[in-house]
Amino acid sequence: MQRNAVRWGLLALFVDGPKYGYQLRTELDTRTGGSWAVNVGQIYTTLDRLVRDGFVATAGTDDQGRELYALTEPGRAALADWYLTPVTETERPRNELAIKLAMATQDPSVDITIVVQQQRTESMRQLRDYTDLRRQANEDVDLTWSMFLDYLIFALEGELRWLDHVEGTVLRRRYARPGAASAPAPIPADAAESGRVRR
Amino acid sequence: MSDVVLRLAEVERVYRAGEGSVWALAGVSLTVRAGELVAVMGPSGSGKSTLLSIAGGLEVPTSGSVEVAGVGLGGLDSTAVAHLRRDRIGYVFQDLNLVTDLTAAENVALPLELGGSSARAARAAAVTALDEVGLPEVAGRFPDQLSGGQQQRVAIARALVGERRLVLADEPTGALDSRTSLAVLQVLRARIDAGAAGVLVTHEARYAGWADRTVFLRDGRLVDATPERDDARRLLTEPS
Repeated sequence: MQRNAVRWGLLALFVDGPKYGYQLRTELDTRTGGSWAVNVGQIYTTLDRLVRDGFVATAGTDDQGRELYALTEPGRAALADWYLTPVTETERPRNELAIKLAMATQDPSVDITIVVQQQRTESMRQLRDYTDLRRQANEDVDLTWSMFLDYLIFALEGELRWLDHVEGTVLRRRYARPGAASAPAPIPADAAESGRVRR
Repeated sequence: MSDVVLRLAEVERVYRAGEGSVWALAGVSLTVRAGELVAVMGPSGSGKSTLLSIAGGLEVPTSGSVEVAGVGLGGLDSTAVAHLRRDRIGYVFQDLNLVTDLTAAENVALPLELGGSSARAARAAAVTALDEVGLPEVAGRFPDQLSGGQQQRVAIARALVGERRLVLADEPTGALDSRTSLAVLQVLRARIDAGAAGVLVTHEARYAGWADRTVFLRDGRLVDATPERDDARRLLTEPS
């Protein structure tokens, strides 16, 4: 998990009022379905930094004696800045799947169609399961959770489209390689092997 | 098992093409149970539509067997297959085929009337089916007085009216915007959850996500299928 994302994610939780430390973890869990998996230690370290930077300040204790923290004016301004600044540093290009397929296309011993199909099955399984959760989610009750699930669904949809594209590209190239029979019809090279066309 | 609504076993469909033969389906086995929606994905020409036509008794397989609601289609004459189609199977296609001179309710009632129901009973069932797809108010309107999304939902009501056990949908969200597509899927899903079995052919992964399983067709063969459901929340808590 990127440190920045945790820092701003935590800061944003203070918008609706003062919170105690452990509450941040619970709320982060609820709003992201546990997917952020930030450990308690990281929560407290981040909270300390937010206090040090003046974005959050102590604000007394609750009725059970737990120390409360609240958003400061500079904190509110920094948060507004964050919302208006586009995200430029993501883990996107170092995604394992992107690397795996990019490498596999260069390795003649690997059948890329099998790699793609294995991944397609897994991505589709995730897509179905997130869709299940999304169907149960109620925008009116929990907008953050609904939008978060939508993000995962759209990302998987993009991943699946990319898998189709990789497969199509590799098959076209395999078919068009020197020495292969040339014909205008876009029949993938493996079609004859798999018995679609028999003569 | 009694809750199997559709069973395809080793289905082959071969078309003659000049000197040679083209295998549209090259040995497909698929079972769909009551309460289950199965999505079929695959590139164009992979056999998706042929699979649907054969499952619905619109096309006869070259070999292999097809069973709908416990009845083997192979042993039936064409009249009996037509009756089974009309009474037990609902189709939703991309082009809706609503009859333009009939109202929405009359369109929905049509298969029941053809099946010998009284006009009154058919009409009552049609109104219920329109209600189920969220369109009770359009019963008296003609197709050209409805939006694209409403027409598609009327077509779904027609596919679901009566005692249909099997719903076959070929790109049912084809020309619809995403909001209307979701409404269509909700209706389809609700009917499946109420006990029908369904097959959904789609090229949109996002819509296939509504199915319990997705099977992938390539060159007339099923190459893979998503596994059975697990606890979805587990996905989100796995270390990544």
